[in-house]
Amino acid sequence: MTMTDIQIERANLDVFSEALMKIAEKDKDILVVTSDSRGSGKLGPFAERFPDQIVEVGIAEQNMVGVSAGLASTGKKVFAVSPGSFLTARALEQIKNDVAYSDYPVVLVGISSGVSYGALGSTHHSLHDLAALRAINNLTVVIPADAYETEQAILQASVAKKPVFIRFGKKPMPLLPRPEMEFEFGKASVISTGSDVSFIATGETVAPAYEASKILADIGISAGVVSMHTIKPLDKTTLIAQAKSCRALISVEEHSVHGGLGEACASALMTAGIHLPFKIIGIADEDTKTGSQVEIFDHYGISGRGLSKTALSLLK
Amino acid sequence: MKAYTDRELEIKSVQYRMNLLRYIKQANAGHTGGSLSCTDILNVLYNDVLNVSPDTFTSRNRDRYIQSKGHSVEALYVVLADMGFFPEDDLNTLCRYGSDYVGHPTRKINGIEFNTGALGHGLSISAGIALAGKMDGRTYRVFTLLGDGELAEGSNWEAAMMAAHYRLDNLHAILDHNTLQITGRNREVCSPYPINEKFRAFGWEVTEVNGHDISKLRKVFKTIPRKKGKPSLIIASSVKGKGISFMEDEKKWHHGVPSDEQYKLALGELKKKMEALRV
Repeated sequence: MTMTDIQIERANLDVFSEALMKIAEKDKDILVVTSDSRGSGKLGPFAERFPDQIVEVGIAEQNMVGVSAGLASTGKKVFAVSPGSFLTARALEQIKNDVAYSDYPVVLVGISSGVSYGALGSTHHSLHDLAALRAINNLTVVIPADAYETEQAILQASVAKKPVFIRFGKKPMPLLPRPEMEFEFGKASVISTGSDVSFIATGETVAPAYEASKILADIGISAGVVSMHTIKPLDKTTLIAQAKSCRALISVEEHSVHGGLGEACASALMTAGIHLPFKIIGIADEDTKTGSQVEIFDHYGISGRGLSKTALSLLK
Repeated sequence: MKAYTDRELEIKSVQYRMNLLRYIKQANAGHTGGSLSCTDILNVLYNDVLNVSPDTFTSRNRDRYIQSKGHSVEALYVVLADMGFFPEDDLNTLCRYGSDYVGHPTRKINGIEFNTGALGHGLSISAGIALAGKMDGRTYRVFTLLGDGELAEGSNWEAAMMAAHYRLDNLHAILDHNTLQITGRNREVCSPYPINEKFRAFGWEVTEVNGHDISKLRKVFKTIPRKKGKPSLIIASSVKGKGISFMEDEKKWHHGVPSDEQYKLALGELKKKMEALRV
């Protein structure tokens, strides 16, 4: 990636573990529950500094979420941390019943989500989680894009009174330039505005969308970028405003093209009576191509080049 | 907590059975067999064991009860009503359109800690609450009622392993061991046996008791924690449909609702039992 105006690169995973340490120091009710995932979650330093604030349950995600709900019911502020694929598939019923339906404010953290574990194959990909979790009542679904959003998401989740799911990957991400340092669940962050096309992206696809907007700018096309960090509740106001201010929209996500951000946007736009050229970019419904996260992104057109091409064809 | 005699609690059990049958009949829905099999256990828990009442339900040090076999909610509803958590009249809306009194426990009802009903959830939840108690040095205890059919859910064994690992001797699982599930005998559906040896091998202290003998149930609960550093399982041998001759040990009463005729017969049997106890 060549992004001259983006200097700092940090993995959201690293930001997450550091943010947790900050809040754990001040609040002894902060607990981390892991399923043999402290290494994957970069929680080694946390475990060393706060041995009484980390609970290991072994490779047992169902139990991890049930135990987390039990702990939360006593007033503990629990971060249940496990790879996104296992957390949201294996323990889906515990997420639905013990956390969301029972309404205890557990923070479910899906690490190495999407295709972070690209080369390991589909067992380790989470491309279903948004579709599954969007259909569960009483759960906020958040995918931070960069260090700023990740830190904010962790801090705000730690004081949330309702269940929250946060997922991210482990690849260093550029810090996005943003006009306003504001972050609130359910309120999208507008990174830049454009009059031709707008990328409604989420998580680690916001950076390539931003890169695409630069490529397009070089050839005279005005492209905006929105970090739709909260998938549920979806910020329909910002979405509709974007749709009204440009000629085409492209949604971008590290998720199956079914049931994720793209379909949420399509539904919101149709329901609002807004019709414009629109394309959903995500992982196709097929046996997922494997390789590094970047290679998989490239394959499915989630890159500066790929997304700018999609924009050009949509604007024709 | 009021100190009841065994006889007084036996009378309560009959009354609970009458009540739960009345509301199931009225709703034309409910898990009759399983509610009747755990009635005596819930009676002893709430009237003799649990340090919880409507006044202390928000106390951080209250004892917790989690009903993992959520489908037997009618027994829980009538006991909670008797404890004063809500007016018994509320149960006239059981399973009606828009009622909070649905066919499985939810926190919308005062006195209920968790929304349960999907099986294999209660033990993990209870282990989490017990672990928090240990962390915070609290003295509360956590009780959870398991069904024998739900032991096939693997999550129970994840929780069993973890509860022993963390030496949760404040965790007490009670198995409502009526040996029947919706398809038939546990042994024939997918045998859970030997249950006692399995839990012992997982590091639990296991004891067995007649799940309908009020006096023996009280004695067992008086002796907890049974072993320091170990979670305990109380295998309560019970009879599905207990107390109504034609419902006892018959799988069809899993969620069978009595006809008018059967309801009359059932009430007649319970009235007789009540009269005998009141002599």
